[in-house]
Amino acid sequence: MEHKDCKHLLGSLSDYLDGELEGDLCAELERHLSECDNCRIVVDSLNKTITLYHTTAQHVDVPEGVHQRLFRRLDLECFEKESNIG
Amino acid sequence: MDSGKAVEEFSLDELRAGNRDEYARLVETYYEMIYNLVFRMLNDPQDAEDILQETFLKAYRHLKGFDGRSSLSTWLYRIATNEALMFLRRRRMETVSIDESKETETGEQEPLQIIDWCCLPEEELVSAEAQAHLDEAVTRLSPNLRVVFVLRDIQGLSTREVGEVLNLTETAVKTRLSRARLQLREDLTGYFGGRLGEGRRG
Repeated sequence: MEHKDCKHLLGSLSDYLDGELEGDLCAELERHLSECDNCRIVVDSLNKTITLYHTTAQHVDVPEGVHQRLFRRLDLECFEKESNIG
Repeated sequence: MDSGKAVEEFSLDELRAGNRDEYARLVETYYEMIYNLVFRMLNDPQDAEDILQETFLKAYRHLKGFDGRSSLSTWLYRIATNEALMFLRRRRMETVSIDESKETETGEQEPLQIIDWCCLPEEELVSAEAQAHLDEAVTRLSPNLRVVFVLRDIQGLSTREVGEVLNLTETAVKTRLSRARLQLREDLTGYFGGRLGEGRRG
């Protein structure tokens, strides 16, 4: 982060990696990246960070008993209460 | 919302009338999705279960007021994220004296660490230990950044959908997502950068 552009462009990196950065700004960023090794490292490691979360964020299995306890509580506090009133 | 897995074919009239079977069908369709969301937010199975129950209790009580402007899944996500955020705020208030964590959500980003750790072997990047660190790093984000990151990068919602759930503009979602991702990059750089150093010394 030596150049004055670095900090200024930091906030655009996330959009850039999502392919959502507008034309002019995208070109400016790519020009800067081609000549700034530090920013290149930041972009690469930011990209790797996002990719790691995308690839390792697997679906969590709901632990045993959670489903049963959820329905028991709904029965107690919603349905039975309603039917008692009715 | 969730890759078309759950087709929304529910009778709103039956749901609003308190039909148990129809509500049970709604719960069956979405409880895994909601559990995953709140587990990622809270990183604790017991807390996640409590918030899952609160979400469906609250949803049942508020069905009469559901106007159908958003989809049922967006509406459930909204209730679940509100419950999880309130839970985190309560816990934060209880521990604020010992947890003086820096608020970076609106302030300047932390200084950047420039370490190229992308070259680490894949097995190091996806090891069980690394995975635990990734999960913990998410819990170090402030709640408002965490919820955006979890919805967008872990649950896979679009920017527009995250905005609908949290009642934020797309620009606000992108700004928070950017801050969350940069903060996680710093966190992972500290962790993987350390591994890089160990490898070189070894």
